[in-house]
Order: sequence, then C-alpha cells, then structure tokens
Amino acid sequence: MIITVNNKEHQISENQLETKLSLWLRDDLGLTGVKIGCDIGVCGTCTVLVDLAPLRSCKVLLKNAIGKSILTIEGLTPADGSLHPLQQAFIDAGAIQCGFCTPGMVLTAFALLAINPQPTRQQVRTAIKGNLCRCTGYQQIIDAVMLGAQRMSKQ
Amino acid sequence: MEDLLNTPTAFRNDAYAKVTGIAKYADDITIPGMLHAVPIYSDYVYAELIAVDATEALKQPGVIAVYTARDVPGKVLFGQIIQDYQVLADKYIKTHGDVIALLVAETRVQAIAAIPFVRIEARELPAVLDPEVAMLPETPLLHPAHGSNICNEHCVRRGDITLGEQASDVVIEQTFKTQRIEHSYLEPESGIAYLRPDGVMEVMGSMQHPFSTRRFTANTLGLALNDVEVKTIPMGGGFGGKDDTAALVCARAALCAYLLKRPVKMTYTREWSMRESYKRHPYTLQYRMGLSQDGIIRFAKSRFVADGGAYCSVTPWVTWRSTVQCCGAYSVENVHNDTYGVYTNNIFSGAMRGFGSPQVNFAIEQLIEMAGEKLGLDELEIRRRNMVRQGSTTVTGQVLDTHVVSLQQAMDRVLAEIDYTNKRSQCSFGDPAQDEWYGIGMALSYRGMSLGAEGVDFNSAIISVQPDGSVLIETGIHENGQGSESAMILIAAEHLGIPKERIRYRMPSTSNIPDGGTTVASRGTILGGGAVVNAAKILKNILTTEIKTAKNIDVSSFRDSGLYDTNNELVMSWNDAIKLCYSRQQYPYAFGVFQAPKVSWDEHTGQGNAYFTWVYACQAVELKVNPKTRQVTVLNIVAAHEVGKAINPDMVKGQIYGGLATAVGYALLEDCKSENGKIVPTNFHNYRIARATDLPEMTAILIENHDPQSPSGAKGVGEPTLELLAPAIANAVYRATGKRFYTLPIRIEL
Ligand code: FES
Ligand code: FES
Repeated sequence: MIITVNNKEHQISENQLETKLSLWLRDDLGLTGVKIGCDIGVCGTCTVLVDLAPLRSCKVLLKNAIGKSILTIEGLTPADGSLHPLQQAFIDAGAIQCGFCTPGMVLTAFALLAINPQPTRQQVRTAIKGNLCRCTGYQQIIDAVMLGAQRMSKQ
Repeated sequence: MEDLLNTPTAFRNDAYAKVTGIAKYADDITIPGMLHAVPIYSDYVYAELIAVDATEALKQPGVIAVYTARDVPGKVLFGQIIQDYQVLADKYIKTHGDVIALLVAETRVQAIAAIPFVRIEARELPAVLDPEVAMLPETPLLHPAHGSNICNEHCVRRGDITLGEQASDVVIEQTFKTQRIEHSYLEPESGIAYLRPDGVMEVMGSMQHPFSTRRFTANTLGLALNDVEVKTIPMGGGFGGKDDTAALVCARAALCAYLLKRPVKMTYTREWSMRESYKRHPYTLQYRMGLSQDGIIRFAKSRFVADGGAYCSVTPWVTWRSTVQCCGAYSVENVHNDTYGVYTNNIFSGAMRGFGSPQVNFAIEQLIEMAGEKLGLDELEIRRRNMVRQGSTTVTGQVLDTHVVSLQQAMDRVLAEIDYTNKRSQCSFGDPAQDEWYGIGMALSYRGMSLGAEGVDFNSAIISVQPDGSVLIETGIHENGQGSESAMILIAAEHLGIPKERIRYRMPSTSNIPDGGTTVASRGTILGGGAVVNAAKILKNILTTEIKTAKNIDVSSFRDSGLYDTNNELVMSWNDAIKLCYSRQQYPYAFGVFQAPKVSWDEHTGQGNAYFTWVYACQAVELKVNPKTRQVTVLNIVAAHEVGKAINPDMVKGQIYGGLATAVGYALLEDCKSENGKIVPTNFHNYRIARATDLPEMTAILIENHDPQSPSGAKGVGEPTLELLAPAIANAVYRATGKRFYTLPIRIEL
C-alpha cells in the first residue's frame, strides 16, 4: 500500500489505515504546511491536492488515499528554493497576512488554474469559497490568483 | 499584455516562509520528549466545585498527570485590570468555559481519549445571565471581592441636558442591541513551554502579547518576570482575541512543563477555542436624542450596558472607548452618557478589533439618519451639519486641532467613488412591485488612536548596526499577522536612508526589549514606528558626532546608503561610516523610545483630551435584498480611511479589506449565541464567517495627512476598518426594504 506525497512514495501499514491524512502528513512526514483550523472539513486550511484535486485532508483517511498522489505546499515549492509563479503572485499582490490560510489557498488556486488557466474574478471567488480567511477579505487573494494566472500564461 | 501589477509593492519579511509552508506556527513545533496537555471542562455554568477525581483518568494509557488549581505554585487568579480570571477553576466554576483541570499525556490522542475519565463533583448554583438582572442590588455577587456585579462604569457629563431638551424641536428614542461574536482567527490557541538549562521557563505560542503572556505565566508559576522568556513565532491571526485566553493556554502549558520538568505543548481544538475564548461584548444601547429644526443635535442622552461575562479582562477599557465615542463623529453640546460593564456567568468578553466602537456606531449612524428623516433633511445633509471638523470640540471637550480632521474628505471621496447621490434615487424602500430590492447606505466614524487615557502608552525600539553595515532592529510591537515587522523595517529604511533589504527584524523575545505594552488599539505602527524613528535619530546622531570629531565635517542627511553634507556632497558611504564608528570604539547602536503625547481624563465628568490623535473614515455599501428569501447580497463596498501616512500601502489596504469582510459578518452572518450560559456555536460549520462568495469587490481609499504627533507620520488602521460597515449595511437595508433594524446581526423580517 503506497501513497505518493510530493513525488515520494510512502509505504502504509495496516494499522495506519484509519489515520487522518492531515495528521499523518503533519506528524509523520513533518509537512506542517498542512494547517488544522477546524478539523471537521469546513475551513480549508488543511487543503492538499489529491491527484490534483483540492481535498480537505482532515476529512480523508489514509485508507482512502492509497495509490493516490498527494501534493502539499512543500511539494509545490520548486526544489531550488525559488517560488512557483503563483506563490510569487501571492507575495506581490499582498495576499498574505497571518498566513495560516495561505498554503490551502495557494493549492486550491493552483488546482483551479490547472483546469481553468484564465479564470474570471468571480470564478476565483467561487473556487476559493471553501477556504476561509479572516485576515484579507479575500480581495488581494483574488488579485494574486489573477496575477499568477497572467504570469503563468506568459511563460 | 502588461503585468497586472506594474511594480509589485507589497512587502513582508515573512512572506516567503508563509507562502512555502515553512513558517512554523506553535502547533508545528515539536520538542523531543514533549508531552501534550488538554483542558478539562465541566458541564456547569455556575457551581461550587467540590472535588475533582482523576483516579480513573490516571489509569488510562499514556496519561502522566492531572493538575487542578491546587497544583498551581503561584497565584490562581490573574487579569490585566482586575485579577479575577482563574487559570484553573478554584472554588467556583464561574462560566461554562472554565477549565477545571489539565490532563497531560504522552500523546495528544491519548490525552484526548482520557478526558471523559476525569470526574468532577460540583454543586450547581443559579447562574446570572442577564446583565440588567446582574446589576440589581439583590442579585448575589459573582465576585464578592469586587463588591458589585458592575465591573466598571464610565460617564460623560457635558453641558446641560435640560437646556438641550428645551432647544430641541424633535426628539427620538431608540434602543439598539448588538450580539456577541467570535474572533475566528484561523489558528486555534496553542502554547509550548519548556524549562531551559539556565532555569528559565521558555514559552512560545500563538498569542498576541508576549509580555502579557509572560505576566500570566510568571504569575501562575510564582516566578519573577525574568524567569520566563516568551518568544514570538508566526501566529495565525488574533484580532484582539489572543490575549487573556491565549496567554493562559501558554501559562497552562508552562505550568505542566514546570511541574513535570518536560516540554509540554497545549494546542486547542476549534471547539475548545470557541467555548473558552472571550468574545466581542454584546451591548444594549439606549439613546434619546434631540435636534432643532435646523438639524443641529442639541442633546444626546445614552445608556450602554455591556455584558462582560464572568471575568473582567479589558471590559473597563473597551467600555471606556464607547463612552468617549458615545455620539459618534458628531459634535454635541449637551451630552449625558452612562456606560456599564457588567459581570454575568456568560462567556467573558474582551478585546476585539473595533474595541467598543462598532456597537456605538451601529446605533448612532442609524440614529442620525432617523433624525434627519424626521426633520426632512437627507442623510448626507444631517451629517454635514453635525460632523466634527477642523477645530471642533468632541463630546469629552477635546479640541481637534493638532492634526488634519479629514472626515469631510473621507466622506466626499467615498460618495464620489460609489456615485452615491445618483444611486440613492434607485433605492427600493420595499416597493412591492419589485422582485429584488436595492439599497445603498453609508456611515461615518472617527476614532481615538492608540490607548488614550486607557493606559500607559509608550514603546521602544533597538537599532543595532553590524560591522558590515547590515542592520538589526526590534521593537516592543508584536507581529500578529498584520505586517508590523515589515512596517518597522520600512520606517527604519526610510529614516536611515538604506535599502530595506539591509535590515532584518530580530526574533522578538520578552528578554530582549522592554515591555512595550500590548499590540492593540491599532497602536503598532504609530507607537512602534515612533520608537524606530527616535532610535534612528539617536543612531544618526552617533554617526554624525563621530564624523565631526574624526573629520570635522557636518553630516546633514542620510540617503541612498550615504551620508551627505549641507551642500549635498557625499561625505562617506553608510558602510564606511559604520566602519569608522567601530574603529573609533563606538557602537552604532541605539535605543529609542516613543512616549505618546499626554492625554487626560476626569472619571467623574467624563471630560478630557481622551486620545492624542484621531482618525476618520467613511464607508458605503450597495446591496440587494430578495423579498421572498430575505437574503441580503452585498454588491459593492467602498471605504476611505485616514491613515496619516501609508507605510506599506498594500498592507494598509489589506487591513481595510479584512476589516470590511469581518464587518459584513458582524452585520449579517455572525452570532455567537449563548443558551443558558453555554455558547452554542462549536466550530465553523455552525458559526458562519464570510466566505469569498459572501463578499463583493471592495475599494479601499487611503487618505494621508501626516500626523505631526506621530514621528513616522503614520496613524493606525487595524480597528477603524471594522467599526462602521454594520451601520452602513443597516442604512442600505433600510433603503432597500423600507425597514430599520436595530439588532445585530440584521435578520430581515418583514
Ligand atoms: S482543518 Fe480541515 S477543513 Fe479545516
Ligand atoms: S491570511 Fe490570515 S487567515 Fe488568511
């Protein structure tokens, strides 16, 4: 039983199957970019991409992630320490305040742009509706996603 | 295609760490050998605690200890103003959020599993949940040591109400009620503590005020302040809400670490956080206001009752701001206000962004329009006739002449941007022929900056230049996510004339720098920035003096990484000046202090120069109401705020957008209901904060009139953003439906 996380394969044992994906990523793999804001699947801070679809990892058990490929914020960041254009856009657009929602937001936005590279602001709004942010009012997060989309399309 | 941002301007020293997920928040940190503590609650709201039996709990796998108030080596009670807040319930359980015991286990899972095995025996007492009842003389006292269930009272006595009544042609009376709301920071409380080899208890945590946390911890452990070192780490939002409770979570982790001599982490679930953490004060506001035919307010009489809940926290300060700003942004000659902060057995109330003004503005900004309507004056005209202007006197007798009073400017900018006067004619006023109702509304506010006469208001900054010319700075201001460190770096860069990239903000700790008070009241930039400017002055003076002594040249300015003389000739580079300094055995090191200018307050008359400076704002909103579903959809928001000087404009705008979003929640979505003293919402599924789809596009307008009393020119922006949208929405709802709503959140009933 294998789960791939950020392109690395991990063997899962029988007694781990009922473990929450969020806890496994945080506690066993040290991927603390996965944040726990509610632990009941409503705030989106624990969002990871499972086969490129944004899922709330606090609502996923390992048994349901077997054979899947998971991307966390740590895996989105290029290995050379540079930033993905979407990450850079979050910085440039002022989309980061406390940062607790940021990993989940970036991943949700990344998944959106993968299927819709030129979204409207309203489409971005709808896409991030499952990710709560108390700091920014979402305005500059939407700015960031639009900016990221534009820069990515130029590449 | 042009880049959407031509020149990226947003600057944050922590952005890279946050956008890559490498920023470590409290719960992300692990220390080898670390144990996990969890809180034990009871089901009582008010009870005499008889016994806590941990026998069964201690038999559960992994459980190491269960601690109660008896195990506290220091004092069980603490508080910022009145020491009535129990670190663990002692003889009485005073509210449903009280923690009775702490359970420590090897793992968090084991700790949580053992919670039901702690038995609590208590004798239930009749809880007092209505502040008006609590205030009656026959009601038993919740804190006998305080001598009254009235935690505090404030007043304003200005002019003569009887004369005001006589001069009035119309009088309106109205009662308003505002609800309790939850801060809803996305990161729940977490604290981590361990005893260092040098005997110091080191604490890290998700808290807003490291110095406050240090006081709570030292008090609980019975230690001196220098025995505890609180370090700052990234924090997932505070909004005023991570003071008392968050400090106590840290203090409790420290208590367990102290007793067990092992590192202990205590991370709250959302459920515990919602149950235990303090909320925004629910208010009842009763007004009687009179105006003469010419539209001038002749008197305003008001009585405010704030439910402070079971503990004092900062209720006296929150309610004091309500008193000072009891007539909103209007000049009124005859004023009589009484404000009470009241103890009940409800969840306690404390600081929240806005701090006593959102409640008052919700009332006064509707009242002024109601009065205008009675007099046949439109909502803009009635405001223009009464609003504070340059040189106006406030209701507490303060003359507004030390800074630019830009209220009219803010109002004009917003009305123009949103095209208010044209759109006003389209409002539906509940027209039965329309299947969608449209409304537009606005509100004004002014706000005293920083603590005012609430407290001691000073701050310090250290600038330490390294031998290679790079710079370390720190201040007594805390990064809550708002970007305060970045603002301090920008201010230092400007005043030292070097690029911001050469400046690092030193990891703050309570052992590095003097207690700068709490990062509240939107005082971060004004106080911390002021201290940075003053430290920069001292530092520049050191360099100037050394160059004068060594070379007999007068340096007159610092810019572009260089020092220039009076003829604008380069004297030497920044790096060379620093080298010179070190070679002459002088440290380029400065400690700067900013003391807020004097304020004054007479508790008996409620008169005085309450705040050393003020900010002004106008916000307007368009919305539609579906007459069938009663659903309100916010269509557009425009906000203009006086900020003195925008140090980091994108972050200032971010503050405005964030405040507006929370204010939409305050007006329409959020209600932290309490049933029989128990908080009903438990998590974000039954406590709804604004999602992206609940909000429209927003426009933020910055008005900059550098404040001469602020060394950096900047004022604050965190709180004003959240204090006036609820009445603007209420006013818009009125123009959409034809009905006024006097209770928050607005629930449309037709
Ligand atoms: S922590 Fe998983 S959705 Fe909130
Ligand atoms: S930046 Fe703080 S929750 Fe989004």
